[in-house]
Amino acid sequence: MNENVPDQHGFPGDVAPGDEIQRHDIPQAIRGYLIGLGLATLLTCVSFYIARSTLVWEPSIPIALSVLAIAQMGVHLVFFLHITSGPDNVNNVMALAFGLLIVMLLVFGSLWIMTHLEHNVMPMERLMQMQR
Amino acid sequence: MSAQAHVLPAGFGAGATSGHAHAAALTEEPIDHGVAKRIVVAYGFWIFLISDIILFAALFATYAVLTNATAGGPSGRELFDLRIVAVETGCLLLSTVFCGIAGIGAQARHARLYYGAMAATFVLGATFVAIELHEFATMIGEGAGPSRSAFLSAFFALIGCHGMHVSAGLLWLLTMVAQVYAKGWRADILRRLLCFALFWHTLDIIWVALFSLVYLVGVAA
Repeated sequence: MNENVPDQHGFPGDVAPGDEIQRHDIPQAIRGYLIGLGLATLLTCVSFYIARSTLVWEPSIPIALSVLAIAQMGVHLVFFLHITSGPDNVNNVMALAFGLLIVMLLVFGSLWIMTHLEHNVMPMERLMQMQR
Repeated sequence: MSAQAHVLPAGFGAGATSGHAHAAALTEEPIDHGVAKRIVVAYGFWIFLISDIILFAALFATYAVLTNATAGGPSGRELFDLRIVAVETGCLLLSTVFCGIAGIGAQARHARLYYGAMAATFVLGATFVAIELHEFATMIGEGAGPSRSAFLSAFFALIGCHGMHVSAGLLWLLTMVAQVYAKGWRADILRRLLCFALFWHTLDIIWVALFSLVYLVGVAA
């Protein structure tokens, strides 16, 4: 049934498990994953290179690595998980957006609070000196 | 029907069962809102995966707060070996691609492609777990176990949690191979396979965050 399923989405390479495809469409379906693999490999190599080299101004390396990581996660979402900005994807994207909001609150909230705590609390060494 | 079925992603597979839904609407199927079961299952599993990502975010926040709490012990810069991390990253990335190819094999009902790609996924995933276990054993052997400092406790909790997810995924992979072998391309088994693929791809996304922000930043900073 449904010989025309891959064409329904306009982009035959963009088919995830669940849709039925014909055998002669297999190479085209695999191509989508190979493009994803190429992009992910490129971003990974740049990340590993930046971490070791002196090419980038040193204090900005963590930020550069974060940006590259977010870009690579985007590549994985689009090419492997097939999350796109199309109208079909609204529910999944909304769930993902809410998840990301919680993740950001968790990570940056913790870091923010704990850096301030460290600033305002006396260092442990001094505390121990005072107890002597 | 097709307009409603597309409320959920093309990627998660709308359309293929529209014929079924039509048939269901004509018979006495209780309430059919025109959404294929596979789409609902994938959406529900996607919600679970997002909750799993939040779990990792909590562990990651703990790690980020405790990075400098080495208690005089070794720091990430002294412990992490980027060559090992590069091999681990390559294994997991390739295994995620093979997992996608196995999904294509299942969609095309191409048994050899499915089994071959699943085998490759398993071997690469198992290699990842083996390398990680070896890395942990080396660190513990050097006296840098989880009880050495708060930094190392957080490190082992975060990376170990991911490793346990991958190990559980490997078991799930074996059961998926066995189910297809024993029962064939049944609709419910294909839905489980879809969930497994989503799970495996998500684990690689989490690994991207881990190798970038734990290992690479740990060595660079």
